[in-house]
Order: sequence, then structure tokens, then C-alpha cells
Amino acid sequence: MEAGGIAWVLVSSALVLFMTPGLALFYGGMDRSRNVLNMFMMNFWCLLIVPIVWVIAGFSLAYSGSGSFIGNLDWTLLSGLGIDAADAGGDGGKLILAAIFLGMFAVITPALISGAVADRMKFPAWAVFVPAWILLVYCPVSFWIYGGVWGDGLTGWLGVRGSLDFAGGTVIHVNAGIAALAAVLILGKRTGWPKEGHPPHSMPLVMLGTGILWFGWFGFNAGSAFAANGVAIQAFMNTFLAAAAGGLAWGIVERIRDGHFTNLGVASGIVSGLVAITPGAGYVSGMSPIWIGLAAGVLCSFAVRLKFAGKFDDSLDVVGVHFIGGLIGSLLIGLFADPGFFGAEFGAGLLNGGGATLLIEQIVANAVTIVYSFIVTGLILLAIKAVIGIRVSEEDEESGLDLTQHAESAYNIGEVTMGRG
Amino acid sequence: MKLVTAVIKPFKVDDVKEALKAAGVTGMTITEVKGFGRQGGHTETYRGTEYQVDFLPKVKVEAIVDDDAVGGVVDAIAGAANTDKIGDGKVWVTTVDNLVRIRTGETGSAAI
Repeated sequence: MEAGGIAWVLVSSALVLFMTPGLALFYGGMDRSRNVLNMFMMNFWCLLIVPIVWVIAGFSLAYSGSGSFIGNLDWTLLSGLGIDAADAGGDGGKLILAAIFLGMFAVITPALISGAVADRMKFPAWAVFVPAWILLVYCPVSFWIYGGVWGDGLTGWLGVRGSLDFAGGTVIHVNAGIAALAAVLILGKRTGWPKEGHPPHSMPLVMLGTGILWFGWFGFNAGSAFAANGVAIQAFMNTFLAAAAGGLAWGIVERIRDGHFTNLGVASGIVSGLVAITPGAGYVSGMSPIWIGLAAGVLCSFAVRLKFAGKFDDSLDVVGVHFIGGLIGSLLIGLFADPGFFGAEFGAGLLNGGGATLLIEQIVANAVTIVYSFIVTGLILLAIKAVIGIRVSEEDEESGLDLTQHAESAYNIGEVTMGRG
Repeated sequence: MKLVTAVIKPFKVDDVKEALKAAGVTGMTITEVKGFGRQGGHTETYRGTEYQVDFLPKVKVEAIVDDDAVGGVVDAIAGAANTDKIGDGKVWVTTVDNLVRIRTGETGSAAI
């Protein structure tokens, strides 16, 4: 790799890492004050355990070899990966760079699910769930879309069929979003929901988290070009525009529908725009990111109400924002993909003369991911439920998870009652 | 001796404090409290879902005064805290049996 590309991907990797604490702020602010530290720790747990699981086996299972469905064990424990041209993959550490960059994505993907299970999941159950989900759900689905790209060429079966996913709309957002639905169906609703309201305890934290997510997302999408080139530039522009359009759209819907232009509406819209542009960031051009952001902002602002109709307690709207947003963005590639702009060989969207072929492949890839992720996530959680249990007691739920799961409080403002025990 | 207690709108604290000082009150205690009266609460909207907030932030002001000063003190609070809008709060008076200034041991009116 040339020096500029290496520098950009290293910086992008750090940007993507920063998204996970950003997500913790985004979710934590929306959570109640007695559960905010549990939310932070669910996210930070991903930062602790996933890198280890990733280099032991995850990266190899998700990307090595030339199979159709799953990688082999060639790169387990980082074996054979070095920084000389003679090492596996050669090219001065390119595969180690890939393992770093893609490892950051593996960290944040299960972290997305934490928003759905907020306020009631036993921390040990979450601790076991994350590595199991990475190995059993995230790695295979990644391979189906991207398998082989770091070897002799794409061999993953969904990728070979022609579906596109630039930075992880299907693999990350649809995958985590549908897993979140499976999780809340097994976990059950929070005590009192939906009769009792659970409004955000700190909107400034939510807004700060949103800013960090947007900042980090430039690494997520533009870094996914894996080079310092024109594709990275266009992916950056697309990320910039889709987020703005998403926030604008959601905010305006709330102004018209509910009466006010709200901070949470804008934050949610920005994130839904970012989610929706992720799969197409390196495939669309011109005004397309604005249409994609607007569509995501409007549709997700209504999709977050599905939980009331469907009676599933998706606490912080992971399904409404990530699943629906990811799906919208992934399907819209079928309309807007523009290989001419990029001078590259990939399917053209319906509006760029490509016919319905790409749209159909986008539907197939997402449908397969949805079915697989929903079932396997459900099986993992049922197994954990049977062995160690997944839900805290009603009393612990009432006392708050910060105190009962971590023996900490987020806000010790008065000192009168703080003794040494 | 009487204990004058008032629950008022938080942004009126400074006005009430100045009015009490002007009425000759030399000390008071305030507490941040939450409550509702006829005003009820308000609603907040998050992601299109309305939440009813019943208890609104108020400030409770307490001052102990001599019997003959009570009328003036109550008037001072009621005047300073009044916005003519619902939710201004209330003032009430209760009798105090005894009072001790801890540093000197003075009791009764001398301790006010």
C-alpha cells in the first residue's frame, strides 16, 4: 500500500474506535440515570472483549480463504500476518491493517444491540453474548458479503451474486438491528412499559454522542475505501450530506407532526442518515446521499413507533433506527448505484440504467441476513437464558442496573450519604 | 414565633430573598423541591412519544420570624413571588414551640 493510504486507514481505524464511546453517550443519555453506567459498560465491554476474540479467530473466520460461507483458520492468532512483503497477503502489513480497521467494526456492531436490551439485561449474560454473537453471527454474515476480498478475490456467496455493501449496511446495521429485535423478544419488556414512560435523563449527552458518531463515521465510511483515493473522497461527501439530510428530515417531521423541532429528533435523524448511507457510501454520487438521508430520516421517524404497535420493548429504538435505516440504505443502492461515476465494475442501480438486477440482489442479501441473524441470535440468547439467565430480578431492575450490576452510581452529587461503608 | 414556609417558582427566589431582607428577615433556608398543585405537570415529547411530567421544580423557602412580623413577611413573599399565572405556589404559617441558637445557647425570640 502507498503511504497515504496506510495513514488514512490508520486514522480511520481510530475514528471508528471512537464511535463506540460515542454510541455509549448517545444511548446513555437516552437511558435513565440509574442505568447509564450499565449502558456505558455494555459498550465498553465490546471494546474489551471483541479485539481479543477478533485476533484469536474472528478475523480469520470472517475473511480468510476462498470459500463461500465461512473463512478458514489460516489467520487465527494472527498467524502468518507480518509487515514484510513476504508475509501472508504481503504488501507491508496490509492484512494487519485490515485486521485493525475491520476489528473496529466488529467492536461497534454488537454494541449497537445494547440500546435495545437497556435497563434489564444481566451483565454476565451480555458478557457471554457478545463474543458468541461475533463468532456465530457477525463472522459468517461478513464472509457471505466480503469473503475472499483480502485474498485472491471475492468468493462470499452473497457478494458473488452481486449485492453491494460498502461499509456495512447489511453486515452491521441490518444484522445488529434484527438481532436487537430477537433479543428484546426473548428478554421481555421492561417493568411498566409501555404504560410508564422512560424519558432521556440527559439530552446533552445524547447530542455529544451524536456529534462523536458523525465524526467517527467519516472513518467508518471513507476509511472503507481502504485507500486515500477518489472513492474515499466521495464516501466522505456522501456521509457528510446524508447525515445532514437525515437530521433535517426527522426534525421537520417532528415539527409538523408533534409541534416542536427537538434535539432527540435531530440526533436520531442524523444517526439514521448515517446508517442509511453506510452501505452505499462508495457507490452513490451527486444528490443521491441527500435523497437517501431524507428517506431514512422520514421513514425512521415513523418506524420508531412500530414497537408500540408490535408490543416489543426496543428500549432505545435500535430496530427503528439501525434495522430500518440500514435496510432503506441498502435497498436504495438498488436505485442509486452509479458505477459510471466511480469508473468501477459493480451493478448499476435502477435509476442509472441497471434494471432491477441489483435491487433484487440487495433484497436477497438482506433477507438472508435477517433470517439467519434473527434465528441464531435467538438461539444464542435462549442458551444463555437456560444456563445463567438473561434478566435481572424485578427488584434489581427497580434499584437500577448501575448499582446492582456494577456497584456504582453515575451521579454522586451530594456527599452527605457517601461513607466508606 | 412562627415558621413561614413558601413554595415558589424557582426563578422567583432572588426576588423573594430581597423582599424578605427588606422586611427585616435576617435568615432563611431554601430547598429545591418538586410538586404540583392545580397547575398539574407538563408534557415532554421524545421521538414523537409524549411523557407526562407531574412534578415540577419548585423552591421551598423557610424563615422563622417573630409573631408581630408575620403579616409583613407573608405579604412580602406573596408580593415578590406573584406572576399572576398558575403555578405561583403557596405561603403558609405554623407556630414554633422553641428555637435555640446553637453557638450561644440563646432561646426563643432572641435566637431568631
